[in-house]
Amino acid sequence: MRVRKTALVAALSSLALLTGCGAADMTKQASPFANAQGAKTVTLSVQSWVGAQANVAVAQYILEHELGYRVDTVQVDEVPAWDALSQGRVDALLEDWGHPEQEQRYVKDKKTITAGGELGVTGHIGWFVPTYLAKQHPDITNWKNLNKYSHLFRTPESGDKGQLMDGSPSYVTNDKALVKNLKLDYQVVFAGSEAAQITQMRQFAKEKKPFLTYWYTPQWLFKKVPMTEVKLPPYKEGCDADPEKVACAYPHTPLQKYLNSGFAKNGGKAAAFLKKFKWTTEDQNEVSLMIADKKMAPEDAAKKWVDSHRSTWKKWLS
Amino acid sequence: MATITASPPRIGLPALLKSRAFQKLLLLAVAAAILVPLANARWASGTWPSALTVDFSEPLAKASDWIIDNRDSHPLFLYFFGHVSNVVVIAVRAVYLTLLAIGWAGVTALGALVAWRVAGVRLALGTAVAFLACGLLGMWVPTMQTLALMVVAVVASVVVGMLLGLAAGLSDRMDRVLRPVLDTMQVLPAFAYLLPVVLVFGIGVPAAVLATVIYAAPPMARLTSLGLRGADKEVLEAVESLGSTARQRLLTARLPLARKELLLGVNQTIMMALSMAVIAAVIGAGGLGDRVYQALASVDVGAALAAGIPIVLLAVVLDRVTGAAGEKLGAEPEPRSGLGWLLALIGVVAVAVAGRFAGRLDWPEAWIVGIAEPVNRAVDWMTAHLYSGVPVIGGTADWAGHFTTWVLDPVRDGLQWLPWWSVLLIVAALAWVIGTWRTALTAVLAMAAIGVLGVWQPSLDTLSQVLAAVAVTLVVGFATGIAAARSDRLERLLRPVLDVFQTMPQFVYLIPVVALFGVGRAPAVAAAIVYALPAVVRITTQGLRQVDPAALEASGSLGATSWQQLKQVQLPLARPALLLAVNQGLVLVLAVVVIGGLVGGGALGYDVVFGLAQGDLATGLVAGAAIVCLGLMLDRVTQPTERRAKKGA
Repeated sequence: MRVRKTALVAALSSLALLTGCGAADMTKQASPFANAQGAKTVTLSVQSWVGAQANVAVAQYILEHELGYRVDTVQVDEVPAWDALSQGRVDALLEDWGHPEQEQRYVKDKKTITAGGELGVTGHIGWFVPTYLAKQHPDITNWKNLNKYSHLFRTPESGDKGQLMDGSPSYVTNDKALVKNLKLDYQVVFAGSEAAQITQMRQFAKEKKPFLTYWYTPQWLFKKVPMTEVKLPPYKEGCDADPEKVACAYPHTPLQKYLNSGFAKNGGKAAAFLKKFKWTTEDQNEVSLMIADKKMAPEDAAKKWVDSHRSTWKKWLS
Repeated sequence: MATITASPPRIGLPALLKSRAFQKLLLLAVAAAILVPLANARWASGTWPSALTVDFSEPLAKASDWIIDNRDSHPLFLYFFGHVSNVVVIAVRAVYLTLLAIGWAGVTALGALVAWRVAGVRLALGTAVAFLACGLLGMWVPTMQTLALMVVAVVASVVVGMLLGLAAGLSDRMDRVLRPVLDTMQVLPAFAYLLPVVLVFGIGVPAAVLATVIYAAPPMARLTSLGLRGADKEVLEAVESLGSTARQRLLTARLPLARKELLLGVNQTIMMALSMAVIAAVIGAGGLGDRVYQALASVDVGAALAAGIPIVLLAVVLDRVTGAAGEKLGAEPEPRSGLGWLLALIGVVAVAVAGRFAGRLDWPEAWIVGIAEPVNRAVDWMTAHLYSGVPVIGGTADWAGHFTTWVLDPVRDGLQWLPWWSVLLIVAALAWVIGTWRTALTAVLAMAAIGVLGVWQPSLDTLSQVLAAVAVTLVVGFATGIAAARSDRLERLLRPVLDVFQTMPQFVYLIPVVALFGVGRAPAVAAAIVYALPAVVRITTQGLRQVDPAALEASGSLGATSWQQLKQVQLPLARPALLLAVNQGLVLVLAVVVIGGLVGGGALGYDVVFGLAQGDLATGLVAGAAIVCLGLMLDRVTQPTERRAKKGA
C-alpha cells in the first residue's frame, strides 16, 4: 500500500511540475501548433463565410510577408469564437455581426476581450429573390405580395407552402418569427450550412427557377447570381428586442473587430496592425470572389489583392 | 425436390417463434387494453402530452453560465481541468515538434520502417507511399498536426480504456456498472458532448482530445475485459499453483494471454479516433479536419478532397499495420528481431539527420500537385448533367423530390400522427418479440425519455429519416453483399471502395450530395446511406461466406439452382449475420444524423448543430440526449438476445 501511495504522489507532483506548479490558468494556453519553429505567431479565427475568409487571408498575408509573423488560423463559429477569444486560444476575430450578450459578458464585465474598431464593411441581412424573378414579377419584392406568389416557391421540402431558405444555424435569424408574425404562407427550411445554401442557390439559378432566401451583404455570390432584396416592414431601433414578436426588417450593422485583451496590450506590431485594418465592401468582395468562385487558394487571392492595393494597406502599417 | 428439402426450416422455425411471440403479444395487448384508456383519459392521445415533459433549458443555461463565469477562478478548474488541459497541450506540442524536427523524409522513413518490422515489406511500401501522397497533396503540415493529435488521443484512449477494461475484467460488479456507461459513450453522437467539453476546456486541442477519448476508449475497454475473461482457465490454475500473488498472475499470465484482444482494441481505438479527426475540427482542433471544414465553407470539393485523402490514407495504413501486427502475434518470434529493430532505428536517424543537413525539413512547395481544380470540374460536370432533365429516368433532383414526397413525408407524418402511447406499444412489441422483457423495457423507457425531454415531434422526424435511410441501405447493402459473397473478384474490387466510403470524412461529400439532391432531408438520407453501406455489405458478405459449405453442397447435389440455394439455404442460415447488419445499419445511420443537419435534414441533427454554433447548451444537449435515446431504442429493438448474451461472456 505504501509503495502505491508514493507512486501516486510522485505521479501527481511530476504532473504539477510538468504543467507549472500550483494553479493552472486556462486563459494562458495557446494552440500547441503555435510558435512551432520559434517564430512570433498570431492565431486568427475564421468564420465559415467567405467574407471572413477574405479578411483573414489578407491580414495573414500582410502579417507574414510584411511583419514577419507566422499565422495560424482556426475555423470556429461566431459564439464559440468569442469564447476562444476570451481564453486566448485565438488572438483576434476580424468580422463580428453583433453579439450584444457576449459583448456585455466579455468586453464590459470580464474585460478579457477588447474592441478592435470597425472593419469598414457594413453588413445587412435580408430576404432575397433572384433578379430574373424580380424582373418577371416586379411586385414580388414587397413582403405584402409574397403570399400571392407562394406557389412559385414550393419544394418537396416545404410541402404546400412556399419555401423560405435559411442558412447556417450559427447565423442571426428571426425568420421563423417573421413568417408567423407577418402571416406569410411560407415554411422556413434550414439548409444547415452556408455551403449547402450556396450550392442549392446556384442550382436554382442555373435553371432560372424561383427561390426566396435569407441572405446577406456583402457577399461574393451576388456577382454570380444577381439577387434583389424583398422589402420587409422597416427596421426601427428596438423593434427586434423580443425575438418572439419581431415583425420588422434586419438592421444595417457596421461589422466590428475584437482582440483578446492580453494580445491587444502585448501583441506589438501585429496587434497595432489588426486594430488599423479597415477596408471597404468592394475590397472584401474582390478577394472573396477570387477565393470562392475562381477557387484560388486564399493565400494567392490575398497576394493578388495586396499587390494591387499598396496604398490601402500601407496605411495600416504606419 | 429442392423446395421440399429446404422448406422444413422455413416453416418450422417461424412457427415455433410465432407461438412464443404470440404469447408475448397477447400479454402486451391485455396490458394495453387496461393502460391505454387510463392514459387517454388523463392526458389525451395525439402527440406527447405536455404535462409529462420536463423543461431543462433553464437549469442547463444556468449551468453553462456558471462554468463560463467560474472557469478562470474556481479551484475545480485551476487545480484539475486546468492541469488536464495543460498536459494535453504540452503532450500534443511535444509530439508535433518532434515530427517537425524529424522532417518529412524522417517521418516517412520512420513510418515505413516500423511498418516493415511489424507487418512486412508490402505494407512498409504502402506506408511510405501514403506519407508521400500526403506531402504531394500539399497537406504535410496539417497531416503532422492531425498525427500529433491522434498519437496523444490514442495513447490516452488506450490507457483509459485499459484501466476501465481491467476493472471490468477483474470484477463482475464493475462490469455490470461499466457496461451501460460504455454503451452510452458509444451511442452518444460526438456532437452532443462537444458542447459541454468546449464549455469546460474552451475551443481547441484539449477539448478535441477529450472528446476523442470519450469516443475511442470504449472498444479498448470492452476488448481488454473480454481478453481477461477469456484467458485459459488451465493456464491460470497452473500459475496459481506456483503460489503467485494476484498481481503477478495478472501481469505474467492474464495480460499476456489477452494480448491479441488488446491489440485488436488498439486497432479499433485508432480507427475510432481517426473518424473523430474531422468532427474535432468543428471545435478548433486544427489539422486535416480543419482544412476539410474550411474548404466546405468556400464550397470547394476539390480542396476538401485533398485534405480528406490523407485521412483515408492514414486510416487504411494504420488499420492494416496494426491488423498485421495482431496476426503476427500468434506466430513464432523471428530470430534476431532485435537486430532488425536496431537497423530500422539507425535508418530513421540517418534519414532524419540527412534531411536536417540538407535543410529540407519542410515539404518542398514545388512538389505539390494540385488536385482541387480537376476534381471541382468533375463535380461541376456531374451535377450539371445529372441534376435534372435526364431523359426517361429523370434527374437526381427529381428522384430526391419523389423520395421526399412519397417516402419521407408519409413516414414522418404517419409517425407524428400516431398517438404517443401507440408508439410506445409498437416499440414494446418489437423489442419483446425479438428480445426479452428487459430489452423491451429499456426500449420503451428510452422512447418515453424522448417525450419527457420535450422533443417528441423532431425525434419522430429524425426517426422517419433513419428508417428510410436504413431501408435503402439494407436493400442496396444486401444485394451488393450477396453479389460479393458469390464472386471473389467482386469482393476484391469492392474492398478499397468500401475502405474509402468508411473512412472518408462525411464533410467531403456533403457538397456533391447537395448539388445532386438539393437542400432538404433527401441529401441527409443520401449521406447517411453512403456512410452506413460499407458495414452492411461487409457483414452480409461475411455472414453468407460462413454458411456451412456442406449444407450448400447437399442442396446443390439435390439439384437446387443457385437462386434456390441462396433463398432457401444461405439466407436462412446467415440470419444472425443479417440481423447484425440491420442493427449496425441503424446505429451507423443514426451516427450521421447530425451531419444531415448540415444539409437541411432539420430535426434533431439541426438542433445539435444549432446548440454548438450558438453556445446554447439546452438545445444542443437535449437534442443530443434524444439521439442517444433513439439509438438505445433502435438497438434494443433490433438486437436479438443471443448476441447480447454472447457479448457479456
